[in-house]
Amino acid sequence: MRPLRHKDLLGMEQLSVEDIDLILSTAESLKEISQREIKKVPTLRGKSILQFYYEPSTRTRTSFEIAAKRLSADTVSLSATTSSIVKGETLVDTARNLQAMNPDLIVLRHSSSGAPHLISREVMAGVINAGDGINEHPTQALLDLYTIKERKRKIKGLQVAIIGDIAHSRVARSNIIGLRKMGAEVTVSGPPTMIPVHAKSLGVQVVFDPSEAVRNKDVIMVLRVQLERQSKILFPSLREYSIFFGINRKILKRAKRDVMVMHPGPMNRGVEISSDVADGPFSVVLDQVANGVAVRMALLYLMIGGS
Amino acid sequence: MAIWIKGGKLVDPEKGSVEKMDLIIDRGKITHIVPAGNFKDHGERLKVINAEGKFVVPGLIDMHVHLREPGHEYKETVATGARSGVAGGYTAVACMPNTHPVNDVSSVTRFIIRQAHQAHLLKVYPIGAITKGLKGETLTDFGDLRVAGAVGVSDDGFAVTNTEVMRRAIEYASYHGLTIISHCEDVHLSAGGVMHEGTVSTKIGLRGIPSESEEIIVQREICLAKLTGCPVHIAHVSTSGAVDMIRHAKEDGIPVTAETAPHYFSLDHTAVVGYNTHAKMNPPLRRIEDVEAIKKGLSEGVLDVIATDHAPHSALEKEVEFDEAAFGIIGLETALPLVLDLVRENILTLPGAIKKLTHNPASILGIEGGCIREGQAADCSLVDTEYEYLYKMEDIQSRSKNSPFIGKKMKGICVLTMVGGRIVWERNKGHFSGR
Repeated sequence: MRPLRHKDLLGMEQLSVEDIDLILSTAESLKEISQREIKKVPTLRGKSILQFYYEPSTRTRTSFEIAAKRLSADTVSLSATTSSIVKGETLVDTARNLQAMNPDLIVLRHSSSGAPHLISREVMAGVINAGDGINEHPTQALLDLYTIKERKRKIKGLQVAIIGDIAHSRVARSNIIGLRKMGAEVTVSGPPTMIPVHAKSLGVQVVFDPSEAVRNKDVIMVLRVQLERQSKILFPSLREYSIFFGINRKILKRAKRDVMVMHPGPMNRGVEISSDVADGPFSVVLDQVANGVAVRMALLYLMIGGS
Repeated sequence: MAIWIKGGKLVDPEKGSVEKMDLIIDRGKITHIVPAGNFKDHGERLKVINAEGKFVVPGLIDMHVHLREPGHEYKETVATGARSGVAGGYTAVACMPNTHPVNDVSSVTRFIIRQAHQAHLLKVYPIGAITKGLKGETLTDFGDLRVAGAVGVSDDGFAVTNTEVMRRAIEYASYHGLTIISHCEDVHLSAGGVMHEGTVSTKIGLRGIPSESEEIIVQREICLAKLTGCPVHIAHVSTSGAVDMIRHAKEDGIPVTAETAPHYFSLDHTAVVGYNTHAKMNPPLRRIEDVEAIKKGLSEGVLDVIATDHAPHSALEKEVEFDEAAFGIIGLETALPLVLDLVRENILTLPGAIKKLTHNPASILGIEGGCIREGQAADCSLVDTEYEYLYKMEDIQSRSKNSPFIGKKMKGICVLTMVGGRIVWERNKGHFSGR
């Protein structure tokens, strides 16, 4: 019997509050494994996990890899550039071929929203969305929720500001869904070019000016500026962005005194976040990375470790 | 042998009437229309078609289809598109020029017409390109295209972005008697978009196409029609704002006509949820408020025509990532039941609905048909408005199966289609009489 009754994890949308609580509490009990001298348990021995990355990734890919190995699963990692994708194979065909090798789980990152949903209909294996286009990045949201809960002992009632390119951020979308499910209040902030016109339909407040948005916040989540978007007229220059929308120590003073600052990485120091904030006492950036392993171990265990 | 269509209810879109009439058809023409019971058989050899309980309508005319030939025959050909058309009750279609090669020279126009003669099912009226290669730069030889058989010009699939080029196209098309059909889209504003920009796109993380990208160009075309005094036809209207703009333009006497497609009054953007590529089209499915505005526009006569924008795509283009999937759905075989839903909702009368499928497109394109009169070619269809069924993949006659309506309950179907007095499709026999 599988404790988490989902074949796939495609988005935060599909998870109930109970599901999220279960994942977070399981992560808490598994976190200790990574502190041991022998960082390995046999729980997923004989299980195979395929990781497939259509987009570059350091953190997520390594995190899944380590999580799987610490649970003794076998992992194989492919990327689009080294696979038959460059030979013109379609995603569906690739998925069917991977399925033929009978993996237990497929972890997919893809530049198109809905790609994991498409392959989940084609394969028997479970599918974990490791980021799809501008849609969702559920494991990032789960590790963020874990990190918030670890620091604040609760999520319900917290005031959270997410700052940056909300419109094109899967991290933002997953976190908005997850945080709201867990009872936090979310404010999104950034230049209007980066805030969806229909943002309020997501159940968030919109405050364009970050120095206003951070007021009295418990948590500030800073999103990465995607440098390649500069050409798409979302903002005129990095200099201007850092001056008007960057998070620095001065702005942070308006937040709650015990504010925590998060960033999904990779950071552009001096653009969306100043170095003194990134490395300062309020930053939990490296805790997020450490917790990522625990949360992903929990997910793997809950999805394919049962029975 | 002459044909007697007996006991059917004749829908006359011009008079707006439905009357029980018998039709006598001889040598491809309608020779007599007489009240049911008045015609007596004097021993002539007549083939009798029992139309009791059915409606007899002028053959449907779809002024906006993609037949994909030449170039994309794996999606559709003139012949397979014609089969799909007659199965849906159509006796004439106008096909858009975005083939490969593009229909921007008379040889391609002639080729399409030849393929239609080969298929020998329904009438095919090619629409030529406005600009060479649909690139929006240089006008095609409108006169040449007209002589070859084109009835209109359009860069459908693309808007002519250069307003000066569009102005000259409108003026020059009018001189040659070609209907100019505009695909309205500000391509910079819609760039990268794959569905309507709104609450659903925000929720499911897909890039949006704002309503305004359509409306800006609709208003531009209205301005150009006003400036030049020449008519413009607006293709596939999908937004409430565009309906309002066209309404005002018509009130001001500006020569603009407009069409919408059945999916714009049958579905809204929530159909995309689950990344359903069969709900991906351009313009995209809009909000429920837009669906209501389209219905209102139809009932008030702002929208003159219902055209399908039949856009066949194979699984190769649809069983892929949503961002990668081609825009468009097939529509020839589902238009009739979806339009009949509007009649059942009291949005249109039956003759009013049929008019938007027959008389109006015929008069906008300046082609024959669209009515049933003595002396006219016998292009007509028999419709069973009460027949209920599940729309199934295996019943689709088009070569492509990209429809969001598969598996949906439908009510109303074409049971027989006649072109020039020849029965080209009979549903209960399930066969075509082409070549």
